[in-house]
Amino acid sequence: MRWKKDDLTGWGGVLHREAELARPERLAALAAVLKANPCPAIGARLSYGDAPLAAKAVDMTRLDRFISFDEKTGLLDAEAGVTIGDILATFGPKGWMPAVMPGTGHATLGGAIANDVHGKNHHLAGSFGQHVESIALMAPDGTGQRISLKSKPKLFRATIGGLGQTGVIVSARIHLAKCPAGHMAVQERRMEDLDAFLEAFNQSRADYQVGWLDMTAGGINLGRGILEEAHFADGPFEAARKPRSVPFNLPGFAMARPLVKVFNWFYMRRVPEAGRDVQRPLQKFFFPLDNISHWNRLYGKRGFHQFQCVLPDEHAPATLNLMLEAVVASGLASPLSVLKRMGHGRAGMLSFPMEGFTLAIDIVNKPSAKALLARLNELAKNAGGRVYLAKDSSLEPAYLPDMYNELEDFRSEANKADPERVFETDLAKRLNIRGQA
Amino acid sequence: MSETWIILGGTSAIARAFARKCAASGASLLLAGRDLPELKRIAADCSLRGAASARAVAFDARKPAKFDALIAEAVESSGSLNAAVFVGSMPEQSEIDQDPSLIDGVVQDSFTGPIRFLHLLAPHMEERESGTIIGVGSVAGDRGRVGNYVYGAAKAGFHAYLSGLRNRLGRKGVHVVTAKPGFVDTGMTWGIEGMFLVASPEDVADSLLKAVKKKRNVIYTPWFWRYIMLIIRSVPEFIFKKLSI
Repeated sequence: MRWKKDDLTGWGGVLHREAELARPERLAALAAVLKANPCPAIGARLSYGDAPLAAKAVDMTRLDRFISFDEKTGLLDAEAGVTIGDILATFGPKGWMPAVMPGTGHATLGGAIANDVHGKNHHLAGSFGQHVESIALMAPDGTGQRISLKSKPKLFRATIGGLGQTGVIVSARIHLAKCPAGHMAVQERRMEDLDAFLEAFNQSRADYQVGWLDMTAGGINLGRGILEEAHFADGPFEAARKPRSVPFNLPGFAMARPLVKVFNWFYMRRVPEAGRDVQRPLQKFFFPLDNISHWNRLYGKRGFHQFQCVLPDEHAPATLNLMLEAVVASGLASPLSVLKRMGHGRAGMLSFPMEGFTLAIDIVNKPSAKALLARLNELAKNAGGRVYLAKDSSLEPAYLPDMYNELEDFRSEANKADPERVFETDLAKRLNIRGQA
Repeated sequence: MSETWIILGGTSAIARAFARKCAASGASLLLAGRDLPELKRIAADCSLRGAASARAVAFDARKPAKFDALIAEAVESSGSLNAAVFVGSMPEQSEIDQDPSLIDGVVQDSFTGPIRFLHLLAPHMEERESGTIIGVGSVAGDRGRVGNYVYGAAKAGFHAYLSGLRNRLGRKGVHVVTAKPGFVDTGMTWGIEGMFLVASPEDVADSLLKAVKKKRNVIYTPWFWRYIMLIIRSVPEFIFKKLSI
């Protein structure tokens, strides 16, 4: 296998490194690569920070075949490189879909498991890993085994959300959910401020919920935005349109505060004061940004951070207030800021979800971003919350044990499965996820 | 109308992308190549993506004595019969310079194997008076270059054969497409320095299907390679021999 020297980076583009990548196109080649050069596996590299970064890595995107599908039970067996969008596009017309879908269809099955991703229906469906029946996991020496909650409960729970630290996820069997229609009926309502937003979330009985926040609005407008509530409508399944692309990195001023302010003003007023009901094809609702390839280039060469945390209900209102104030005051937020209700569903020891509210904010990578991120991380920790490792580029390693209470169990499982620590990524090293050797 | 595609070299990245697109339109597939376990995975994938049927069949360009089995299987298919040839091998030129016996394999994989197969298949397609053959050549076959002229020579031979075959089958309603891809993002180019304007296998597969539909004779894919190669072909030999491009 030839190795490709490349500048490896995540979606946020702040953290980079020189790396050597192998990209096997056949299953047998994967085992051979690992045997000769054991190293972590990476997927679509859509994690924002350094979760997909390592000196050497195996790119899994060409191992992207469906293996089998049971039309009676909805059990799908597929290789790790298959994307969530591909599963939806292939099985949607037959009436099936992934039970949980992250905000982009480009994420791979392996990545969705390794980060135990969640979607807009987390309060009902739980996390992605809760729908995984079993995983074919490859050890550093290239040998494989199939693990499930029944056969290897600890290793299984360390692998889901385990950031690739327990082995290479080669393929997995997942339970698909029924896909009743090709369109979503979406109700959009303006929210005047944070209190109104949280109250609306608490009242909502919608299957799918997501809130967009205007992070340029301060004072009495702090936390205003748009709440989207959706359920399946009728209408046939439509194939996704070919995306447009941002051809190159935009200059730095594209995300300057006045421009973001103007954009947000229009974005907010897209929805009339009385709210509106619209119908959207599934792909457009679930993967709103997939219509624009390389949208991360909007942030220019310096890149951006994403901060995402989840806060338990009791502290969420007060802490969210402090966080929003800090972000608005910094002037660093982009138009992409999301607030969501989260249920308790999680499948792994290092899984992100907890019952409460989750906030995600894109932050332009200017020098002042560092202090803002430190403040946000601290607020999340003090509120008994968690920072999402798939997004992280700035967490204090000392916060990790407080945020992830099963960390010790995870460490012992991961270090048993990978005693030589060949699967350690830059993220794992930076946050000391595996513990002192 | 039902459609069957024989795909030679079915494990290559472009072939996989092409097979998936044929599967999505409901075609039957015969995926031929050396790596049967891998072909079976691809066949299962194509079945789940909508192929009327997808079977893995052993095929080794260097073992022409065994071609008959695949031909027999193809002939049993109903509807229109089509073939796409993706086989070929490209060892480093420096390896060939060390061990010239490697030349035989390159020529068998990229030239004599595929054309012998097509020659066995041609009468059956003539009989049906329909169908398309896609021969995937290479821009490397347009002019011999110091970097890979053995591979280029084999592909040039393949191009000439396809041109003749088109001449023969065209009068019987069978169309032949010669496709010359530039750099494509496959295992063949992965990690090689100096790659530029690299196309995705999906885009190349799309352009192949478009060429079939529009009955194009010779295509470059992506399209701009036609002009790159026009320039490369026009450099006078007394200058070209001093270049290393």
